Amino acid sequence: MKILVCISKTADTTAKIAFTPDQKSFLETGVQFIINPYDEWYALVRAVELKEQYPDTVLHLITVGGADAEPILRKALAIGGDAAFRVDLQPISIEQVALSIAAHVKQEGYDLIFTGKETIDYNGSGVGGYLAGLLDWPFVSLATRFDYNGQTATVEREIEGGREICEASLPLVVSCQKGMAEQRIPNMRGIMAARTKPLQVLAAPPEAQQPAISIDHFALPPKKSGVHLIEPGNEEELVRLLHEEAKVI
Amino acid sequence: METIAPATLKGGEFLIRPSDNIFTPEDFDEEQRMIYDMAHQFIEKEIWPLLDRIDQQEPGLMQSLLDKAGELGLLGAALPETYGGMGKDFITATLINEAVGAGHSFAVAMAAHTGIGTLPILYFGTPEQKQKYLPGLATGAIKGAYALTEPGAGSDALSGKTTARRSADGSQFILNGQKIWITNSGFADIFTVFAKVEGATDKHQGFSAFIVERNTPGLSFGEEEHKMGIKGSSTRQLFFQDCAIPADHLLGEIGKGHVIAFNILNIGRQKLCAAAVGAAKRAIELSVQYANNREQFRKPIASFGAIQYKLAEQAVRLFACESALYRTTQLIDALEKESLAQGIPHEKALLQAAEEYAVECAILKVCGSEMLDYVVDEAVQIHGGNGFSEEYPVSRAYRDSRINRIFEGTNEINRLLILDMLIKRAMQGRLPLLQAAKAAQDELLAPPAALTNIINANSTDFQTLHSQIAQWKKLALLIAGAAVQKFMQQLEDEQEILMALSDIIMDIYLAESSVLRAEKISRQQPDSLYPLLAQVFVADATYRIQQQANEALMAFAEGDELRILQSAIRRFCKVLPFNTKQARRRITAALREANTYCF
Ligand SMILES: Cc1cc2nc3c(=O)[nH]c(=O)nc-3n(C[C@H](O)[C@H](O)[C@H](O)COP(=O)(O)OP(=O)(O)OC[C@H]3O[C@@H](n4cnc5c(N)ncnc54)[C@H](O)[C@@H]3O)c2cc1C
Repeated sequence: MKILVCISKTADTTAKIAFTPDQKSFLETGVQFIINPYDEWYALVRAVELKEQYPDTVLHLITVGGADAEPILRKALAIGGDAAFRVDLQPISIEQVALSIAAHVKQEGYDLIFTGKETIDYNGSGVGGYLAGLLDWPFVSLATRFDYNGQTATVEREIEGGREICEASLPLVVSCQKGMAEQRIPNMRGIMAARTKPLQVLAAPPEAQQPAISIDHFALPPKKSGVHLIEPGNEEELVRLLHEEAKVI
Repeated sequence: METIAPATLKGGEFLIRPSDNIFTPEDFDEEQRMIYDMAHQFIEKEIWPLLDRIDQQEPGLMQSLLDKAGELGLLGAALPETYGGMGKDFITATLINEAVGAGHSFAVAMAAHTGIGTLPILYFGTPEQKQKYLPGLATGAIKGAYALTEPGAGSDALSGKTTARRSADGSQFILNGQKIWITNSGFADIFTVFAKVEGATDKHQGFSAFIVERNTPGLSFGEEEHKMGIKGSSTRQLFFQDCAIPADHLLGEIGKGHVIAFNILNIGRQKLCAAAVGAAKRAIELSVQYANNREQFRKPIASFGAIQYKLAEQAVRLFACESALYRTTQLIDALEKESLAQGIPHEKALLQAAEEYAVECAILKVCGSEMLDYVVDEAVQIHGGNGFSEEYPVSRAYRDSRINRIFEGTNEINRLLILDMLIKRAMQGRLPLLQAAKAAQDELLAPPAALTNIINANSTDFQTLHSQIAQWKKLALLIAGAAVQKFMQQLEDEQEILMALSDIIMDIYLAESSVLRAEKISRQQPDSLYPLLAQVFVADATYRIQQQANEALMAFAEGDELRILQSAIRRFCKVLPFNTKQARRRITAALREANTYCF
């Protein structure tokens, strides 16, 4: 079996969100970047487990991004995987990502593709489905469990108020979320091996180079005002706050 | 990564020579960063959730956590690959120690295992001993401990009464005696035990080290000590009653136990500082977060100047200590690699390198432990009543910090050692301190060259900072030189003077490290706040040095000599105008914004 795991680089959850002066892009200075948790904890770890179960599995990782995404890719390789690919393109939209990965898949040939259910920056959830569409493969989204018996895959997914269990044949695209696997801390050997594993840079295919959308500007959501807790019995303070601060009475 | 020139400054030489390029945490390579992150992740995920259970010494828990660390490769990181280790260099090993340092009792258990528990065998073991124990120590299958201290032999470590008698047929040593305060003793599988071989005639009365396995008949253990902090770390007494071990469990040579004990300590001191840096980062993170969240008088307490002072000062002291730590670590690492390249065996290379920088290691031990005590103390204060509650993690940090000033040589012993080693090196001609002191004396008699540049809070003039520190060095040499002349061999009885001098020397090393690092970062990021961290440290240190210098002087100088040396203090340790309040506010603003330690 040949598995491809899609990895994306994203800002750490504690990063301060700010934009460049023209408001057209995210300000990266001082920001800590991490592997998108859905890709790392669920998609990648489940793929590594499958490789442990079926040792002749070939496991590849791919990201679409600039050279600054390579530390993330190496970190992913430290957890597992035989080789990694970076499509050299700074995408601003999901179709650029999906087209880039699809081009690689068509060339390299895979049986199974895992993505995270979303990347925690734009939360678009679009790449998996888009990619399956481009490849004309079945797609199961929001998977919480994935089993493979050598022929068919059994995938569990969350639906409104319950669970859905599907069976699917390969090739297949699955987007993964919590439940698929447990986060793994890479070990020293993995980290050391990651340095010598092949990491190949691919040129972006022509169809992916021009985004179909353009970004007008970004804006932060309005600040939430704080909650004031008032001691029971302190009606005076309540009245004062409603009058002076909330200005509703 | 910027390449660093090979170790140019010898041990102790910082006191007489400027340094222009030091290694800093900004120089870590990608793999080193990944290893740090991994170790940190391990502490966050596997240790922090279990701290209460660890402190209750739940049976088997600490061992299982050490095993997990072993699976990740953390225990064998610095061991050679031939013995199942990862063969990582000293810088990488230090990064691991730093990350694990935030792990409270676990950090102590792991440091004791990988340090004093493992290193004696790595550095002094025979090939057979290494083959037998190191692979297990690397994975954690074998857990190590170190038994030097006795009820009557603490700081005076070589005065122990434990004996080793050779059996009549020479095949065994029979140990009798008692050890106390032995970390990991509740579960360790092997102990490096120090004892005096009966009948030995060398000047150390046969003081030697032995490997003792846990299940050896005649070895028994006391109850767990009830400790103020690091409650989860196992600490017991060991009793040896006709405990017979095979003769080939002798470690190193008879009468050379002190070489093992002292050499391991140099590395232990550096490691302790690394752990303190890791623990301090965590305590500052908790302090900043709490100060941002907690409101009084309808404002976050972080908006009050008094609290801002504390947060900034925590960061300033940590930054200086961390800068000195990695500066020293790279010097040791570079010297080790140089020795290896010259064909010196691995066993000797690191030990020799650490010995070369033994003064710096002692400085790191004292500064690391005292920096951490400051940081955790203010962390509790920032938390107010909650800081005094076990519900909040800073109270554990406070209790756990205190031991660091006591073990690996008390801070008093280390302060004495700093001066003792420097003076010895000067006498041996290894370090031209006397010449430098003489030059400072001559300069004092010549008219002063004014410090032309005046620093202010808005721009950092590194040249001025460097010349300030250069002046402090002269002052330290002048006072030390005068004290040596006055007391000669009796100087060792004047501990108050030695303590004051070592404080000055430590401030010099930390201030210089902080300034050099800030300067290096500023070349890449001209607008960063790093220079302020260094400047506040220098400003703080100026007052401390003035005080220590005056105290030292008044203790022995009189008349003309006193007047001249006091003029040296005025000349070489000037307070330059610098608005520390404003600088600290800016530092705190960055901490508040990041909501964690961000330098
Ligand atoms: C939790 C814990 C874990 C430990 N783990 C280990 C371990 O794993 N293995 C091991 O071998 N030991 C261990 N120790 C022992 C530790 O190294 C000693 O406690 C330490 O060296 C100090 O010795 P002491 O307690 O006898 O104090 P003392 O030597 O009695 O010192 C008491 C005070 O006198 C001062 N003092 C002593 N001599 C001088 C002097 N010449 N000049 C000026 N001041 C002096 C000291 O600085 C100190 O302030 C541990 C101790 C503790 C508390």
